[in-house]
Amino acid sequence: MNHIPHHHPGPDLLLAYAAGTLAEAPSLVVATHLALCPRCRAEVAGMEAIGGALLSDSSAATPVSTGLLADVLARLDGPPLAEAPRRRQVPPGHNPVLPEPLRSYIGGDVDTIRWRRTIPGLHECELSCSGGAVRMMRIRSGMGMPQHTHHGDEFTLVLQGGFTDGSGHYLRGDFASTDTSVDHRPIADDDGDCICLAFTDAPLRLTGRFMRWLNPFIRA
Amino acid sequence: MQADDRAEVDRLNDLLLRVARQRDRQAFVTLFHHFAPRLKSFLLRAGMEAGAAEETIQDVMVTVWQRAETFDPRLAAAGTWIFAIARNRRIDRLRRDRRPTFDPNDPALVPDEADGSMDTMLAEEQTAALHRAIRSLPPEQADLLKMAYFEDKAHSAIAEERRLPLGTVKSRLRLALARLRKAMAGDDPAGETL
Ligand SMILES: [Zn+2]
Repeated sequence: MNHIPHHHPGPDLLLAYAAGTLAEAPSLVVATHLALCPRCRAEVAGMEAIGGALLSDSSAATPVSTGLLADVLARLDGPPLAEAPRRRQVPPGHNPVLPEPLRSYIGGDVDTIRWRRTIPGLHECELSCSGGAVRMMRIRSGMGMPQHTHHGDEFTLVLQGGFTDGSGHYLRGDFASTDTSVDHRPIADDDGDCICLAFTDAPLRLTGRFMRWLNPFIRA
Repeated sequence: MQADDRAEVDRLNDLLLRVARQRDRQAFVTLFHHFAPRLKSFLLRAGMEAGAAEETIQDVMVTVWQRAETFDPRLAAAGTWIFAIARNRRIDRLRRDRRPTFDPNDPALVPDEADGSMDTMLAEEQTAALHRAIRSLPPEQADLLKMAYFEDKAHSAIAEERRLPLGTVKSRLRLALARLRKAMAGDDPAGETL
């Protein structure tokens, strides 16, 4: 049974993605959410329709060079332009944890992630993306993350397990978005490790005492 | 007015279908004459030089020809389909970034709910309603919406350029999107003012 997400990216973020102005790193988190969220897919399709209407309506048309049509016609039967992204094949019958486009960025499903332990209870793996830092996080069941705030935005997408912070409970497909105003401390659910995809556009700033890094949080 | 919008949506869809099904070059030339000047404005506003814009138009129109068989008017109007191609080409050209996208055939994708309650209106009628609703947007919302789509700028840069607080830009965009979504759902706001 698929979980239908309850927490979504805000309309500004979906609009920036649909309009093509969002950088690759945050787009990866948004697009991976779209794979898990029919509601936001419909939303983005509507926003693309708005883009299409603005384009076809546009009274501001700029004349093109006289030779342009001939140049295009001469290329019609030429070699195809690369358009579609390359995807990794999934063995038949296999139901991956990680959806596209994330799976292709990682080069496989969760079992292929090369985790690196950063602090007790937390493993991470940086992904290579332009326009910000994106990483996979695996938080041990029941662990609290260090309390922190951000200079910029942070987006977190749950892929397995779940976590709770001051703003709610997040499960597979849920998209958490925090900005400078939020000082939060997510705690992983105690029924299994929580695996997330996280984007930050500025370094984290720890606000709690350093000891928080070291002490596993035990849920009451 | 209403009938005109619908007729124009049908005309463009039809031309693209003729390209897809019959490899109709005359239909393609008509699409070129409609879209090339609009694409040029779109690309210039995003900050491209005229030469780069025309090279990009070539790539967009060649892609339209080569991928026409993937066009499905039940999913998106011709203008929307071409907008998506142009947007992706613009990203390639201006940023050399990848644009991550989901894969509709991915076994991990959570499928749409089966009842399809979203689209009770015909896709063509939705698009026509959208055209009407865009024309009836308050000018300050329409201005920001066009910037958000046509200029390759973050909302914070738009706020700076228009000397508006970021919160105002975001709330006007949200209002505009909400109105347009209502229109697409068959709730025509053309008579409302705000
Ligand atoms: Zn969503």
